[in-house]
Amino acid sequence: MRTWILSSLAFLLAACGVSAPSKSPVYIPEGNPPLLSDWGMMTSDGQSLTLSEGVEPYDLNTPLFTDYAHKQRTIWMPAGVQARFRENAPLDFPVGTVITKTFYYPRGQGANVVLELDRVDGWQPNGLDLENIRLMETRILVHRQTGWLALPYVWNEDQTEARLARAGDVQRLTMMDASGDELSFAYVVPNSNQCAGCHATNNTTRDIQPIGPAARHLNRDYDFPSGTMNQLENLISRRYLDTWPGADITPAASNYLDPESDLDRRARDYLDINCAHCHNSVGAADTSGLLLEHDALTGANLGLCKLPIAAGSGTGGHRYDIVPGDPDQSIFIYRMNSTSPDIMMPELGRSLVHQEGVALIREWIASLDGNCE
Amino acid sequence: MIHYFSIRSCKAALAVIALSLGITACNDQPNRDVAITDHDFQAQLIEQLIDAQPGDVIDIPEGVFSFDRSLSLTVNGVTLRGQGMDRTILSFQNQIAGAEGLIVTASDFTLENLAIEDTIGDGLKVNEGENIVIRGVRVEWTAGPRTENGAYGIYPVQTSNVLIEDSIAIGASDAGIYVGQSRNVIVRRNRAERNVAGIEIENTFAADVYDNVATENTGGILVFNMPNLPQRGYQTRVFNNHVFANNTGNFGHEGTPVASIPAGSGIVINSNDDVEIFDNDISDNRTANIIISSLHSANYAGYAAQDNFDPYPEGIFIHGNMFSGGGDNPDGLDLQALKLVTVGPLGSLPDVLWDGYFDPDKLVDGQMPAPLKICLDNGEAGLINVDGPNDYASPAITTDQHQCHLERLPLVALSFDH
Repeated sequence: MRTWILSSLAFLLAACGVSAPSKSPVYIPEGNPPLLSDWGMMTSDGQSLTLSEGVEPYDLNTPLFTDYAHKQRTIWMPAGVQARFRENAPLDFPVGTVITKTFYYPRGQGANVVLELDRVDGWQPNGLDLENIRLMETRILVHRQTGWLALPYVWNEDQTEARLARAGDVQRLTMMDASGDELSFAYVVPNSNQCAGCHATNNTTRDIQPIGPAARHLNRDYDFPSGTMNQLENLISRRYLDTWPGADITPAASNYLDPESDLDRRARDYLDINCAHCHNSVGAADTSGLLLEHDALTGANLGLCKLPIAAGSGTGGHRYDIVPGDPDQSIFIYRMNSTSPDIMMPELGRSLVHQEGVALIREWIASLDGNCE
Repeated sequence: MIHYFSIRSCKAALAVIALSLGITACNDQPNRDVAITDHDFQAQLIEQLIDAQPGDVIDIPEGVFSFDRSLSLTVNGVTLRGQGMDRTILSFQNQIAGAEGLIVTASDFTLENLAIEDTIGDGLKVNEGENIVIRGVRVEWTAGPRTENGAYGIYPVQTSNVLIEDSIAIGASDAGIYVGQSRNVIVRRNRAERNVAGIEIENTFAADVYDNVATENTGGILVFNMPNLPQRGYQTRVFNNHVFANNTGNFGHEGTPVASIPAGSGIVINSNDDVEIFDNDISDNRTANIIISSLHSANYAGYAAQDNFDPYPEGIFIHGNMFSGGGDNPDGLDLQALKLVTVGPLGSLPDVLWDGYFDPDKLVDGQMPAPLKICLDNGEAGLINVDGPNDYASPAITTDQHQCHLERLPLVALSFDH
């Protein structure tokens, strides 16, 4: 019934010329477009957000934690170009590619937002019904001739438009968890340079690049409007991807919450997506000697009995990054459990503790054999 | 087993400070009042940093400016300049996000004539880059020494061709000026006070540290090597510095390498090689004016470092320094006991304290070959070997065995420094 009313209303508004004209997706080769709508990747009338034709949604097997925000991710490319498949790196996207990531929460009664781990009521295959959803920000990652550029857009109160906020933003939110407890936190929109802080995964070349849309993160099904399909297969069918070896041969990261998956694999995949953008052998955190890519060798460089280098308050009084079998003595757990900016890891992108992530890494460390003495 | 580098709690550290300085209450609050500061400048400066082009000079006016999150610069060739370290003040007392005040990931960078205060984490961090100049910058935690202070004041890491001069670092809970994993470094005419480590050179190749003042830190000037890092450090010259009364109780975070530094350490070499310490004025550091030690002593006795890590300090040459005082009241009961045994209740430990660890595989006919020796050519100054490898069973003054010369190290030259 409600849907019928809403769609009728939308029809009436559209007929009266009230709603914003819907735009087609466009590659903007230079400048800093002030409005998200300038890109035409999605439209919102405040009631629902709809992805434009050709803007392909995707999820990741295990995502980066960002204060329990839900994320709608999309890929779009201009006609005539496509990405090249790469097995162990992000897909090789052509100039003109526009990737978006829209951060949102379920709306709460009283509290601003609600902590929800599962798919949100209002999720749609190609958009969002906004009645019970609060939009926070949409980040654009555009591949220009000069390289990738990251631009953060913050949604207005009416949820009809998002404005460029290159200097970032801070919004005070209260989140209600399943037990009814309220958590107050500062939702921080990164500034453009901070975007580079994560997306320049090589701190020597400092080239910005996408992190999520790599084969191993994308190799999973998605409930598309036309039905459920492998995401890479969908990119092939849209001619956004040149080729792929097939679901069974392409590597796939685990879902960190899937109890059927191997614990070691889940922990390593969680650390990979949450930490390895800095903690890789050429990343900003190679200064620490702690390397957390999903395929990094096991040993001191993975944190096992490793001395901290410049952790400062991040040690929490503990001597080693990981003490096998003893999560409470491991700096990993201490830093993941903290929300103080000088202690917590990752350094950016969260103001809350990811309880499920901590539980996973705790279980993993407890399962490890050996000792440091 | 004696760990002569004992780890202290914050409370104990504060008690030591209070006792040694006669302070009766802890000043727990930052001294800077940011209530009337400019909070609107933040967005402007962030955008200036985002829009910066190579060759730009960003001038920051006189005033106190408040920030609630980190600043970052990613563009090469930018100069960020204030009107003086006491006139242009960037206060991060209200910081809620970001692990440092200013993070720079760029080359050909100059920061000068301003202050960064009260950051939650590090003050200034430069992560990778060459031709880095930090000049006339003050980084300070205005509440004084507190364990809650950020770790590093001025912190270039994985950089090359670095000049840090005429700057001041106060109150860091790790190191005031910390140069990590870098090459070709000059640190001169700076003042480091009331940090855990005043100036620390770590895993760095070719550093000259001179004309600095380090006082009231836990340890004045440190030359360290840590395992599991891409670059090992060697070839550091520490000269013409004034390193005195670094007697502040250790307020570092337990578990950090510097938390093992005893209060009253003047210059400390840990696991680093080819270090020349000369023509310094070193005085009144109550544990020892110079400490030479191995990772084994830093409370990591059981630690299995990477296979190729060399924990032994080798090629150490100490000459021409002026020593006075010091060694009279070493930090911790273990070192107190050691002093009693070796020099008696009224005596003082010699100016150089060595933990006694060496690599037996490198001995030739029972002797350490010349380039690897620890050499002292410093008049009356003595050396005590505290016999760490044998659980400190037989500490002994062994100055005679270390009276030797090593070849002088080359100076560090920077192409942009005239």
